[in-house]
Amino acid sequence: MTKEEVMEKFKKVFVEKTGIEDFKEEDKFIDDLGLDSLGVMDVITGLEEEFNITVPDSDIPKIKDIKSALDYISSKV
Amino acid sequence: MKEFKNAIVTGGTRGIGKAIVYELAKNGYNIGLNFLKSINEAIKIKDDIEKNYNLDVLLLKGDISISDNVKNIVNHFIEKFGSIDLLVNNAGITKDNLIIRMKPEDFLEVINVNLTAAFLMIKEVLPNMIKNKNGSIINISSIVGIYGNTGQANYSASKGGLISLTKSIAKEVASRNIRVNAIAPGYIETEMTSILNDDLKKNIIEKIPLRRFGKPEDVSKLVTFLASPESSYITGQVFIIDGGLSLGF
Repeated sequence: MTKEEVMEKFKKVFVEKTGIEDFKEEDKFIDDLGLDSLGVMDVITGLEEEFNITVPDSDIPKIKDIKSALDYISSKV
Repeated sequence: MKEFKNAIVTGGTRGIGKAIVYELAKNGYNIGLNFLKSINEAIKIKDDIEKNYNLDVLLLKGDISISDNVKNIVNHFIEKFGSIDLLVNNAGITKDNLIIRMKPEDFLEVINVNLTAAFLMIKEVLPNMIKNKNGSIINISSIVGIYGNTGQANYSASKGGLISLTKSIAKEVASRNIRVNAIAPGYIETEMTSILNDDLKKNIIEKIPLRRFGKPEDVSKLVTFLASPESSYITGQVFIIDGGLSLGF
């Protein structure tokens, strides 16, 4: 999957779950985008379904911002 | 245009569940009617409600203590109705015995049907409710979940579990305008209590200040209130409906 394809699918999930359309790669979910822990979990669950991947609980702290989410997905697909 | 709301009721073909289904129909809800075995009764309820209330009833047959079944049931419901506004976890069974005679499989079966199924249902409906920033979840517990009952270690543990489940999830999802409450009925006239013998019933009634068993409708009216915006500031609570039995005098 190309970087663009990952971004496109990610954006679809992220917008659906959060309603946030305007974000940058360096944006942190909680500090910059205003998500709470439930919001982050909801996004991660949506990404698992969209990309057909499993994110173990131990990996969740690694996914803190848009960039780390995209990198994580790219490493899994 | 009338605004339709969409509800799933588990164990909706008998007793309290059936009364809840009818009360919700009166209040304009489309209904996903989950049941395990009573297909004939389910079809009867569906036909009756669709004819008399101009609503859709979707039959959702299946054992909801199994995760894959719950996923299918909730997906099927959301495909048809688009969203879920209300979940009533009502399905419940008893396998009574004194603990020294209670088989481990009878303990687990009651926990799975009464508690695990509620967990699975809540888990599956929440993404849709979170997305809509709206929802009400009502868990039908029991006064024995608060006070315990001889011969019902499994049932009371499952119903007590439902109460703590209610409170924890209420805290988790309150920020999304989703409310979670529990109702703890006492003795209600249903098939579940019809097995009690007359002497025992008489004994129980003497201990109930209102001097009667409750009716399923006594419970279903509270369900519609807790489902409605009129209760929008109530979450994480347990409502006892027992004719005063738990006052203990």
